[in-house]
Amino acid sequence: MSTPPNPPSTSANAVPGTSLESQAISPSLISPGRRFYWSVRRELWENRSIWIAPLAVSALTLLGFLISTFRLPGRMRDALALDPLKLHQLIERPYDFSALLIMGATLLVAIFYCLDALHGERRDRSILFWKSLPISDFATVLSKAAIPLFILPLITFAFTVATQSIIYLINSAVLLGSGLGIAPLWNHLSLFQSWAMLLYHLLAVHSLWYAPFFAWLLMVSAWARRAPFLWAALPLLAIGVVEKIAFSTSYFGAMLLNRIAGAPEGSTATPTAISMAALTPVTLFQFLGSAGLWSGLAVAALFLVIAVRLRQHRQPI
Amino acid sequence: MTVIEARDLRKAFGTTIALDGIDLHVEDGRILGLIGPNGAGKTTALNAIVGLSSYNGELRVLGRDPWTQRDQLMNHVCFISDVAVLPRWIKVSQTLDYVAGVHPRFDRRKAESFLSKTNIRNSNRVRELSKGMVAQLHLALVMAIDARLLVLDEPTLGLDILYRKQFYDSLLNDYFDGHRTIVVTTHQVEEIQDVLTDVMFINRGRIAFSSSVDEFESRFLEVSVHPEQLATAHALKPIHERQVFGRSVLLFDRIDRQRLAALGEVHKPSIADLFVAIIGNQMNQAPQAQGAAQ
Repeated sequence: MSTPPNPPSTSANAVPGTSLESQAISPSLISPGRRFYWSVRRELWENRSIWIAPLAVSALTLLGFLISTFRLPGRMRDALALDPLKLHQLIERPYDFSALLIMGATLLVAIFYCLDALHGERRDRSILFWKSLPISDFATVLSKAAIPLFILPLITFAFTVATQSIIYLINSAVLLGSGLGIAPLWNHLSLFQSWAMLLYHLLAVHSLWYAPFFAWLLMVSAWARRAPFLWAALPLLAIGVVEKIAFSTSYFGAMLLNRIAGAPEGSTATPTAISMAALTPVTLFQFLGSAGLWSGLAVAALFLVIAVRLRQHRQPI
Repeated sequence: MTVIEARDLRKAFGTTIALDGIDLHVEDGRILGLIGPNGAGKTTALNAIVGLSSYNGELRVLGRDPWTQRDQLMNHVCFISDVAVLPRWIKVSQTLDYVAGVHPRFDRRKAESFLSKTNIRNSNRVRELSKGMVAQLHLALVMAIDARLLVLDEPTLGLDILYRKQFYDSLLNDYFDGHRTIVVTTHQVEEIQDVLTDVMFINRGRIAFSSSVDEFESRFLEVSVHPEQLATAHALKPIHERQVFGRSVLLFDRIDRQRLAALGEVHKPSIADLFVAIIGNQMNQAPQAQGAAQ
């Protein structure tokens, strides 16, 4: 540098050696963790459906349940006279129902999120702004993958727990008020246990087992110039059809179905069904040691690596 | 210190050659204007410099390869690539939060003080802002980053003249400190003429002309020639001739001012005049050259 920077007027504070050049060479002061945090927050700002959708579903289930409670004591009395299995079903139904609905909603959000994640930023040209900031394509793709793989399962869990707690409170109040007592509720419901199962189900199935699906969708959204939904769905269909015509087999289709519905090779290793059995250490180790889990994760990693390369190369559309 | 160093920079899209061997050497403290007709390769060159596209040849920006080290480079390089690339859904306050969260050299107070001089409020979403205001917001974000190199690719395209003027005024008065480097492309050459220290014309992927503005001013003169002096003037080999109100205006390179004064009224050409002369000549020569080769 030929000319030194103008000395500041408060030269008493000037530290010798802090020239422009030494500043420039100094390493970045922002940790990867902080960049990741802000990248994820950015996704939540942009995609408010991530929490609005489960919130709306929770509110709707609560509304429906509230209306049904007016009939609850009467039905409960009828059921108490009947066999305990029916009573059990009657009590459990709103809890299962709310969990399933929230889960379905967030799964849909996850699919549409992934299809848009690396496509929308090229469509609206905002990728030119994101790329002007010191965040690598790898970190960006990773933060986007974190939404379906971690954030959405955790949000699903939080909303389900909150909704079920409210249902539980209303349930108890209604039963106490009607003089039936809350004993039937207590006897037939173990909320904490079911919450533990839910969390396990979400992390094991929705994050780990479904990871290749989400990674595939992200990769297609980084690749497609338009209609990422079609590009994500049609090739899978095409492979199945070609296989059927060429070899009269349907291994590919069966593999996809297994991945969606779980239970590869008829084992208990995939905990797609929410059951207590999945939480025993034996099945847990079986799941963690299953080839299906790890091959799926390897495929997911491959798709994500390709998505990173695509984001580096692709121009705005 | 060298900020940008390029040697034989090339880039082709399929059979279309966008960059046909460009050499570039930009020191710090320079404001370089990259000027060229549409499709000349300006944007391709800038995209390579900021790591948005791959290239062939040698390129170092602040000693780094922008294609493979874009994220590290962006700690010291800022760019505005095209107008209105800020996402429409984002709130002004969120842009500040986000850039402050990920950029080590971003001074949030500086950005806020720039914004306080505009009509942009923190609660606005980008989609609610006019095109000019989006450009102001983007400039406020960029100027609050203590970067070594700022790359601007048509940053004021489509803005009205007030916003354009304000844009370059703030850039010069509030940002440029004599050490930073700015590379800018624009079609409105006249508006940035006073801002630049260096100028470079690009045409068909090659550098057609390159000079410092000081050198440009001492080299080129335009003469509105008296009709009776026309033959004498032509003998001095003007590089370009145009007609203004029936009089010939000739552009000369490296001809003594005294000699020219005898031919007519001498004045300094603008960069735009030289651009039309050089690029216009090239555009006219190319078809003839092709015809001659056949």
